[in-house]
Amino acid sequence: MAKEERTKRKRKWSRDDTELTLLGLPTYIWFICFSYLPMFGIIIAFKKLTFKQGHGFIYNLFTSEWCGLDNFQFLFKSSDAFIILRNTILYNVVFICLGLVIPVTLAILMSQLYNRKLAKICQTCMFLPHFMSYVVVSYFVWAFLSYDKGFVNNLLLSMGSDPKQWYMEPAYWPFLVVFINTWKGLGYGMVVYLATITGIDSTYYEAAIIDGATKWQQSRYITLPMLRPIIAIMFIMSIGGIFRSDFGLFYQVPRNSPSLYNVVTTLDVYIYNALGQSTNVGMASAAAFMQSALGCIFLLVANTVVKRIDSDAGLI
Amino acid sequence: MAKKTESFANSLDRFNRVRPGTNVVFSAIFIFLALLCVIPALFVVIISFSDESSIAEYGYQFIPKALSLSAYEFLWDSRAKMFSAIGVSILVTVVGTVLGIYLTATMGYIFSRQTYKLKKFVTYFIFIPMIFSGGLIASYYINVNALNLKDSLWVLILPLAVSPFNIVICRTFFQTTIPDSIIESAKIDGASQMRIFYRIVLPVSLPVLATIGIFLAFGYWNDWFQSLMYIETKSKLSLQALLMQIDKNIEFMAANAEQMGVSQLELISRMPKESYRMAICAVVIVPITMVYPFFQRYFISGLTIGAVKG
Repeated sequence: MAKEERTKRKRKWSRDDTELTLLGLPTYIWFICFSYLPMFGIIIAFKKLTFKQGHGFIYNLFTSEWCGLDNFQFLFKSSDAFIILRNTILYNVVFICLGLVIPVTLAILMSQLYNRKLAKICQTCMFLPHFMSYVVVSYFVWAFLSYDKGFVNNLLLSMGSDPKQWYMEPAYWPFLVVFINTWKGLGYGMVVYLATITGIDSTYYEAAIIDGATKWQQSRYITLPMLRPIIAIMFIMSIGGIFRSDFGLFYQVPRNSPSLYNVVTTLDVYIYNALGQSTNVGMASAAAFMQSALGCIFLLVANTVVKRIDSDAGLI
Repeated sequence: MAKKTESFANSLDRFNRVRPGTNVVFSAIFIFLALLCVIPALFVVIISFSDESSIAEYGYQFIPKALSLSAYEFLWDSRAKMFSAIGVSILVTVVGTVLGIYLTATMGYIFSRQTYKLKKFVTYFIFIPMIFSGGLIASYYINVNALNLKDSLWVLILPLAVSPFNIVICRTFFQTTIPDSIIESAKIDGASQMRIFYRIVLPVSLPVLATIGIFLAFGYWNDWFQSLMYIETKSKLSLQALLMQIDKNIEFMAANAEQMGVSQLELISRMPKESYRMAICAVVIVPITMVYPFFQRYFISGLTIGAVKG
């Protein structure tokens, strides 16, 4: 009697569940080690970390005194905070806008090409930068921008202009960074949208042709609305990363040049540099905490906003 | 009949085309962009084959005045370092990919079981790391102090093995292609979940495992960040890390040439510095460039499965 009642309320833990849990155990452990333990490590941001000789890091972490929001205050008082936050957010806003507009446009254009083979070849070529690491990309950039041997300076010389010290001119780098980022993400973004476009039911277009819709109208009223859910997902994901930046793009590509500091230092570069100097660890982990926490909040807000506009879209 | 509808679709397609002039413009745009994406890689390879003295005189050129294999000869002379880096890269890529596939597939499988008691828990367990993370500093201290991974090859492998995104791809695949009835009937026949996973699920899941394997393999091959953070021993440097440090190494060797033995000094003086670093760069990019067009299909399928919301 009692047994029957229990099964009615809730299914009991079965052998099946044990087996499945055992099967997934290694991955559970992985997540605990590499995702959840670091989340607890965030308490560094609220502690004044002092290292005592002869004790392990964990001991030091727990015995260090709490300092509340001091680390955050220091972070915001430091003269760099404004520049770093400005760089991170502004670059990301530009990346998000271009990352939506350019790949969507190109995907629509590509779906119109007569020659499918040409389209395929171009798509493959444009995918290449996606597979290059930023260390390799930094060499590509060096080949073009190096002061005495770079291709661009050679070109300038042959046209009678003066060569430029590209790695020392902050004025050009915002454009260069945006260009390199767009260049690298072009193929990837395009492939995502192109796959969706080829999946659209062709009867929509047939109906539109019968109604006399022009190419422009077809793109505007069929293709774009069909792309809306995937655009929404990509948008929400990138909003969640608005305080993050690709470390390679901002650290490897400018070759850590001091004169570019003000235009290419983002939160990630700052945090990485702080790891080298133990005095700044508290501040850097405050920055890292902010990056995660604010990113998470932004993602949830973006998700809610997108859902309010279109209840079917949204990530979660 | 089939032929007729096909030709109808074709003619409709032809009717619905953009104007020929527009097509030419679009094609030109894409050819330009394709060249823009390929030329830098090609340029680096060309520089690696250029003669050092011609680089010194004319800079990097698309059509070098003189060709030479000296960079590769030098690379061959110092091959011990090179081979160890290639070995590390291959080892990390292979072990990491296999391990990553295993960890991802098992989690993807239990995540796809509707009857699993912890399903709800698993959902949160996987999605929380997707939107929130401890950040670089905390991960660094955990990896170094709690897990004791500093300067070990495992630090190049383990942290990159699993990503929630890949698990979602796997789960979606299992849910859509493996019917519940097969698994239920195997269970009735007395098979354990392990047996079902290894004997039934894995063999029919090769496409999705390939997709994830390729994501992982390229991730491992291209990773330099883990090396930058954790690796100190020279013999544990991967190709990417070697490339990252080569500037430092060249400068270091040049600066310390006087304190070195004569043979070292000689080595430095005849070292084709410019083409040498581009040659290492070429060694990194040529395998990828050769391989990725064949795997592109899997990439695209992975991206489209992954875009299905969880």
